[in-house]
Amino acid sequence: MSQIKNLIDDQGKRTDGRTAEQLREIKIAVGIIKNADGSAFIEFGKNKIIVAVYGPREVHPKHMALPDRCILRCRYHMSPFSTDTRKNPAPSRREVEISKVMREALEPALMLEDYPRAAIDVYVEVLQADGGSRCAGIAAASVALADAGINMCDIVAACAAGKVDDKIVLDINDTEDKEGGADMPVAYMPHLDQVTLLQLDGILTAEQFNECLDMAIKGCKMVYQIQKQALMHKYFGNETELKEESQ
Amino acid sequence: MSSSKRSTLIVEHLRKQQMWESISKGKRLDGRNLDEMRPVEIELDIIKKANGSAKVKIGDSEIVAGVKVETGEPFEGLENKGALILSAEVLPTASPYIEPGPPDEETVELARVVDRGIRESEMIDLDKLVLIPGKVVYTIFVDCSIINADGNLFDATSYAVVSALISSRIPVFEIQDDGKAVDTGKTQDPPITTMPVSITAVRIGETVILDPTAEEEACMDARITITTNSNNEYAAIQKGFTGAFTVPQVKKAAEIARIKGEEVRAKLKELTHKSG
Repeated sequence: MSQIKNLIDDQGKRTDGRTAEQLREIKIAVGIIKNADGSAFIEFGKNKIIVAVYGPREVHPKHMALPDRCILRCRYHMSPFSTDTRKNPAPSRREVEISKVMREALEPALMLEDYPRAAIDVYVEVLQADGGSRCAGIAAASVALADAGINMCDIVAACAAGKVDDKIVLDINDTEDKEGGADMPVAYMPHLDQVTLLQLDGILTAEQFNECLDMAIKGCKMVYQIQKQALMHKYFGNETELKEESQ
Repeated sequence: MSSSKRSTLIVEHLRKQQMWESISKGKRLDGRNLDEMRPVEIELDIIKKANGSAKVKIGDSEIVAGVKVETGEPFEGLENKGALILSAEVLPTASPYIEPGPPDEETVELARVVDRGIRESEMIDLDKLVLIPGKVVYTIFVDCSIINADGNLFDATSYAVVSALISSRIPVFEIQDDGKAVDTGKTQDPPITTMPVSITAVRIGETVILDPTAEEEACMDARITITTNSNNEYAAIQKGFTGAFTVPQVKKAAEIARIKGEEVRAKLKELTHKSG
């Protein structure tokens, strides 16, 4: 990966005007899909992602059911118009992998043994992609799962950190992802203090790795507050205010 | 779509208990220490038709990797770099639970994680593999076949790819007047810059062990694969499986990956040098 300098200016501001420890603007709306049992829409910077949760429901095909627990199924998909050049709608290897790591990031928070022989389906659709869509997707998916009333032991928050111009920064955006040095997406359960997703692309020294991990977890805790607010807003918030916002 | 599935290899409950008990005492069922790896065996140049090849055994896990070099168009957005394409297939020979067919998500993950380690560490200097910038570049294919699976396929496949690449001799192509690339019949060493080493740790209960066997993988709660380069920096990480890690567990695993990575790197260097 070629390093292009000046992704951070003299004042320590990044390409989109943020400081090193600042998240992009995040908005989460809960219950935006009528037919779904739970749903969420997240705007994470320029990412626009909808998540729908169906279930617990009967498993088809039936042989996939497990006698002692529920199965979780997860599909991460990017709409053809979500990227600069049109994305072929057929699932790419990247999407297959992200679907898998996403499911594995969500499973530790779910009490799947409460719904034996059933399935929970999580559909993540990226309408517009910016950097960090898997983290945004996970954050929205765990809100949607909570909205569906699935028994959970924690909410999974997610946020990436990375290296830009040899500095560790929070929440890498698209430009920084393509030009920068390293990208590390992390999903984290704030109450259980456990990491459920960890990936790294790019070079980090031992000290940078520790700094990066701590930074990402700090970001996850900020994302968690926004997730919590979104859920509170739906279930305890002022209803008229909510209607105004959705219009 | 990604779906939770029944584990293919089912370990009896009694055996599981034995494993937990043994691990809590610091010994594994096959007698290894918690951070001890199985012996690594490498045979180089076993496929004469390939530009480079290696067979790697870690315990009973057995992988063949082959390098084939051709010329082709560069990838979009990477016009001035050679192309590196890595694939992995778990052959139906590998275990009774594998069926022939298109790669499932675990195989896709395996190939992508191994690829990430090679690519992100910039093991091959792709800038040096350009014939006509933007038009014709070297394309290096590394294809891996898992012929027997007994756990830790991530590391075994990664070592096979690294060994095959290091020992390969790639053909020299020349551009003729009509713009076509022609094989000159000569060969050259590939532009290697560093030696990535992947280390996989899994958590069983509260204990983290290295180089799991298939049986141990059937009992694991979570997995993490960490790749370091020759400078002992991290190049790629992938956490896998359905459990979680605490932050101290992640940091400890990362530290172990650096220490063990050095040991394995020395061993790989020695093994690839001897017969190479």
